[in-house]
Amino acid sequence: MRKMKFSIYRYNPETDSKPYYKDYEVELEDQDTKLLIALMKIKDFYDDSLSFRRSCREGVCGSDAINVNGRNGLACLMNLEELKQPVILRPIPGLPIIRDLIVDMTQFFNQYNSIKPYVIDDRPMPERERLQSPEDRQELNGVIECILCACCSTACPSFWWNPDKFLGPAALLHAYRFIADTRDQATSLRLDELNDPYRLFRCHTIMNCADVCPKHLNPTRAIGKIKELMVSRAV
Amino acid sequence: MVKGKLTGAGYGFNSWLQQRITAVIMLVFAIAFIAFILFSAYSVNSLMLSWQSLFNYLPVKIGAQIFFLALIIHAWVGIRDIWMDYVTCNALKLKLHILTILWLLGSLIYSIKVIW
Repeated sequence: MRKMKFSIYRYNPETDSKPYYKDYEVELEDQDTKLLIALMKIKDFYDDSLSFRRSCREGVCGSDAINVNGRNGLACLMNLEELKQPVILRPIPGLPIIRDLIVDMTQFFNQYNSIKPYVIDDRPMPERERLQSPEDRQELNGVIECILCACCSTACPSFWWNPDKFLGPAALLHAYRFIADTRDQATSLRLDELNDPYRLFRCHTIMNCADVCPKHLNPTRAIGKIKELMVSRAV
Repeated sequence: MVKGKLTGAGYGFNSWLQQRITAVIMLVFAIAFIAFILFSAYSVNSLMLSWQSLFNYLPVKIGAQIFFLALIIHAWVGIRDIWMDYVTCNALKLKLHILTILWLLGSLIYSIKVIW
């Protein structure tokens, strides 16, 4: 049994005129190792008005992205013993807040949808599925694992300034995922749509995205590969 | 009012490539100049004299002019990026772009006067 201190961002637009921080001192069992467990304990035993998203609680669904002591991450993957107390919890930055730790992800998913996140192939359908060799599949490693938790995009200053125009690292990672897919036939179209001073080129290689990604992916590298393809196409 | 997404301006890549190429050009000239200062001058007076004789040499004049041209292009993309990041009002942004172009053009003309 041990105690941990938390300071959590609270805001209910129906009752609060402005946001505030509320402190909690939580009793935890030895087997309570992850931050999400502590959050669920707070909700269950200390304050049932606290709102946050969570689902799979094992780093697969990406719904519990949260800003912990100034750094984005998934609550379900964060070890409590590595966190400095009081643990300051805020919603991921740069997106409109719905309530407490819950943000409105519409802007984020609008950018994701705009890169046409599906394989485009207008050729006649084969009798069975479209095949891909294991070697070609290799290129998708390190890209396809993205769970769209928005930790990267909401840690990116370029996304903070222009969330409506700059795609953000997550959408750009997925843009590369479909450009790199050998089954996709729309590479040129995709590159045309990215050749825009805002959509791709607001990325100034700050690399916050690669730093915070809970799946240890590197969107900056994917963005670099898109730029390399543009160079190959132009020279 | 049009509310659809405005994308596909089609010039982001060119600006990005221009900035990289001009950066390499400036780096090469900067290294050459630092090497000149380190290896040729032992006092302020001799530096001034050797500097003058260096700039009487035509390839150096051409090189310096290329350096300034690269600097102007590099600065244009960089400063425009700053306006794009931080200024949201389009009318103000366009005015700042025009002012930047005028300032950089003026600097380029002045560099021609100084070098030649």
